[in-house]
Amino acid sequence: MSKPSLPEGLVVVVKRDCETCQTVVPVLRQLAAMGDLTVYTQDDPSFPGDPAAIHDADLGVSWHHEIETVPTLIKVVAGVEVDRTFGWSRTAWEEFTGVSGLGDGLPPMRPGCGSKSVDPDLVDELNVRHGGSILQSRRIEVADAEDEIEMMFTRGWTDGLPVVPPTEQRVLKMLSGTTRAPDEVVATVPPDLVDITVEKVAISAVMAGCLPEYLPWVLTAVEAVCNDEFNMHGLLATTMPVAPVLICSGPGTRAIGMNSGINALGQGSRANATIGRALQLIVRNVGGGRPGEVDRACHGSPAKLSFCFAENDAESPIGTLAGQHGVAAGVDAITVFAGEGPRGMVDQLSRTPESLANSLAAQLQAMHHHKLVLGFDAILVLSPEHARVFAEAGWERDRILFELHMRLTTPAPELERGAGGISEGIPVGMSTASLPKFRPDGLMLAYTGGGAGLFSSIIPGWVNGEMGSKPVTREVRY
Amino acid sequence: MSTRTILDPTGERTVAERARLARPAALEGLTVGLLDISKPRGDIFLNRIEQRLNEVGASVKRYKKPTFAKPAPIDLRHEIATECQVVIEALAD
Repeated sequence: MSKPSLPEGLVVVVKRDCETCQTVVPVLRQLAAMGDLTVYTQDDPSFPGDPAAIHDADLGVSWHHEIETVPTLIKVVAGVEVDRTFGWSRTAWEEFTGVSGLGDGLPPMRPGCGSKSVDPDLVDELNVRHGGSILQSRRIEVADAEDEIEMMFTRGWTDGLPVVPPTEQRVLKMLSGTTRAPDEVVATVPPDLVDITVEKVAISAVMAGCLPEYLPWVLTAVEAVCNDEFNMHGLLATTMPVAPVLICSGPGTRAIGMNSGINALGQGSRANATIGRALQLIVRNVGGGRPGEVDRACHGSPAKLSFCFAENDAESPIGTLAGQHGVAAGVDAITVFAGEGPRGMVDQLSRTPESLANSLAAQLQAMHHHKLVLGFDAILVLSPEHARVFAEAGWERDRILFELHMRLTTPAPELERGAGGISEGIPVGMSTASLPKFRPDGLMLAYTGGGAGLFSSIIPGWVNGEMGSKPVTREVRY
Repeated sequence: MSTRTILDPTGERTVAERARLARPAALEGLTVGLLDISKPRGDIFLNRIEQRLNEVGASVKRYKKPTFAKPAPIDLRHEIATECQVVIEALAD
């Protein structure tokens, strides 16, 4: 239904189930007698009776004209609303209408009541009834005897876990999480290179189990992965067990309830679990990237269901990963990284930064293969207890990275094919110098986790740089 | 109520279907493109294929993707399509 226009002159919206509306009936009679007053009633068509009212039975007038309070008095000139006032105030109504002596004997002021069109029990249904036409996606009827959860499994739309049915009601509610228009194109999703709108992102967000306030994060993640730099196509198609890893930071992570404490990389947080999942459902359903088709992973990884976590930037002694990529402190941001699932790193005895750096470097050197260097990036996720060892010694982010890089160089002959009795390695004669494990920006730090545990986690990356994928950091757009 | 209607989560694209070219009866006199995707040792496989193709009278043109990790650039695809009748891709090591 399109927006109904309002008649010329004064328009008032009332309902019987509102004492203030009942109070102002004599005023309505006064204004009606002077002409040009149209009354809409939301509940009882016989209210107020005199003057007679038009019944806004489907609440279309109220919904489209965003009536939040009754009574609302609106002035319409040449078909356009020019002013409105709500509740009852003699002063305000007299000034609004230019009529003096309104409502003699009535109290000077009474607040209005909630409009029926914003009744929490009705609003979702009204949004579909009156606002559903903004949704462009194809409607799919579910047969009476059909279970919509099973139906979505059958159609191949899930990642193996049940998804929430994306009804118009749920999708409209999801769209309330952003100011962006539903038909705005967000990105072109590989591998099928399909333009995706905000609406289609919202559909996958519903299916993944997101709340509306997560939507800006999902939208930002989609934009961050769908570009040549990040190379989502290659990440999907590779035989390696890698996924888009989302590292979130900023006060917004706390506002939406992301977990950056105990079990930060694990299960149990709705926001962590569903934001990453929504992205993967988009790659699957919009991009057409499915295992066994363009997704050629040999083992894959549980990280491909969802690997999304928040940094504890409020307490971090080393800033954030987004900060390492130039985002100002306190700004909500996501870094996307082509990475594997996390692998734990244990060192419960190091109390000096040198000892801990030696430990961490040994583990990082082994990542993927100790003889393969420069081809893969990594994120080292420091726990609070490990980060404290560095912080107490005054080592900040740059110093930690410098010290790790220092410890991560190996004489090239030791890395060559055949060296150490291992065929894998760098080409023979590639270099006689020492080679670093990581390219200069290839090692990144993040900070999250529970207060107890002298462990860190390494997230090994996929093929890096121009050849493969670069980490992309984006500020969250609301 | 709308709980029995859901919205299509897919890209809703209409796929353009194109028939494959007929398979040539013989390779003699044809130009065969060999696409190296830049995986280690793909060249070993393609060198041998080139040798075999030359033996049956095909002429061979060699091509290489900048990286195995990304789709072949569109210009490269166009170049192969205009210069060759047949293409063989060396997928991996």
